[in-house]
Amino acid sequence: MNRAAVSIAFVGPVLLLAVWWLAFDAQWVNHKLLPSPWSTVQSLWESVVSGSMTRDFLSTLNRTLSAFAMAAAAGIPVGIVLGSNQKVYRSIEFLVDFFRSTPATAMFPLFLLIFGIGDFAKIAVAAFAAWLVVVFNVAYGVMNARQTRILAARVMGASSLRVFRDVMFFESLPQTFVGLRMAASVALVVIIVAEMFIGSSDGLGRRIIDSQQVFDLQQMYASIIASGIMGYGMNLIFLGIEKWLVHWSGK
Amino acid sequence: MIAQPETKLRPVPAPEQAPPRQTYITVRGLSKRFGGSVLYESFDLDLPQGRITSIFGPNGCGKSTLINMISGLTPVDAGEILFDGKTLRDTTIGYVFQNYRDALMPWKRAIDNIKYPLEIARKSKAECSRRADELIASFDIGFDLHRYPYELSGGQQQLVSIMRALAPHPEVLFLDEPFSALDYEMTLFIRDKLQEIFVATGVTMLLVSHDLEEAVYLADHVLLLTKRPTRVAENVRFTAPRTRNAGTLSTDYFIQTKAHCLEIFQREVRK
Repeated sequence: MNRAAVSIAFVGPVLLLAVWWLAFDAQWVNHKLLPSPWSTVQSLWESVVSGSMTRDFLSTLNRTLSAFAMAAAAGIPVGIVLGSNQKVYRSIEFLVDFFRSTPATAMFPLFLLIFGIGDFAKIAVAAFAAWLVVVFNVAYGVMNARQTRILAARVMGASSLRVFRDVMFFESLPQTFVGLRMAASVALVVIIVAEMFIGSSDGLGRRIIDSQQVFDLQQMYASIIASGIMGYGMNLIFLGIEKWLVHWSGK
Repeated sequence: MIAQPETKLRPVPAPEQAPPRQTYITVRGLSKRFGGSVLYESFDLDLPQGRITSIFGPNGCGKSTLINMISGLTPVDAGEILFDGKTLRDTTIGYVFQNYRDALMPWKRAIDNIKYPLEIARKSKAECSRRADELIASFDIGFDLHRYPYELSGGQQQLVSIMRALAPHPEVLFLDEPFSALDYEMTLFIRDKLQEIFVATGVTMLLVSHDLEEAVYLADHVLLLTKRPTRVAENVRFTAPRTRNAGTLSTDYFIQTKAHCLEIFQREVRK
């Protein structure tokens, strides 16, 4: 990226800050609803420096990554099996689509019944929602493997196992990574909501709703921004890994 | 671009004199239907060893399907295909696809693509490298094979595909419209490269083409097919001496052969 491209990328965020500041300064929005951007940034900075946010941030991150890890570990093998067997996939395609369309948050009560009110219930709902995304994308990637490449390997005398290991697996990787990235953000969404509404002693979701209850708006906005930073950071890391591992994607 | 357009294959010393030109591939009673319509019905064909046979015919007559059935990519409904009396399972073949972009594995470097069929044949690492070096020398490759396929030009990728197909010393090389995704310059270059390979190794080739000039130019036999249900309209011999070059294209013999093929083709299309 050259300098012009970099500066163009800053235009949006700077504009947003300007509008925010204007809205605050000109009192377009009640100050009780919208603190100034500076006091929000200050509040975020103090929370970081004092370490008061660290625990919440880390618990949310920990829960999200646990849910994600479970989803990936259970989703990739299932996706591969489904994708490589059209009949099996067809027979449960409806179920996958149905549960993918069902809001994961609607399952909270059910998961609470099954797993109790501990931390694991939250992680389990998030893992379930993320798992569906992984399964769907991996299966899709395997199913859409380039036919020519599979034929090329077969004509060279490769066994089904080798075709699978040497061709189908790699063919499915780009789509698998799309699924993993989506799964991570789904997991984060579900974890934040779970922290807010199904009893948690820590986490960013808890922190956001607590500051809303005591009307500490600076802190509420600061925590929202922190959760945004977490989501954006995870996405960035995944994109980096993807670019390095699936270097041929889109070429 | 490839480094030098005018490269010569290093002649590979032939172990004995040229083998007798005998029937090599025998197709008997081949039948194939697609949907409700008959593509091939009790189709018989004999193809000679150590020759290039071009397959030419009307659209939809199943040129590619024919070589795909012989190479085992498409299952047959009925019939028997033997290579010198052996089944496909006991025969080493090479296949060059029209779409090199989809045929090479982009996650492997070009050199590893070339070695892949050898790995499948359980050759040792040393053997794989030795064979790859041999191919690189005989193709006189002027670009870096340690790159990934998507970093190479279209012509270079197709060259890599051909090297990959030749790596395990195939008895038959199948080529399904190998030039149709290339520009004209690259087509001429690879066409002559193929001829060099043929002169040097004498490998039996089966070439599907949609370009009559190219079909005749490369061929010992031009197999002209009819509309479906497909039969052999005529098997035209073309015996111009090799190595053929641009001059061959303007000889009377070439022009007459091509005109004859065109006549049969048009007769079949009109039917």
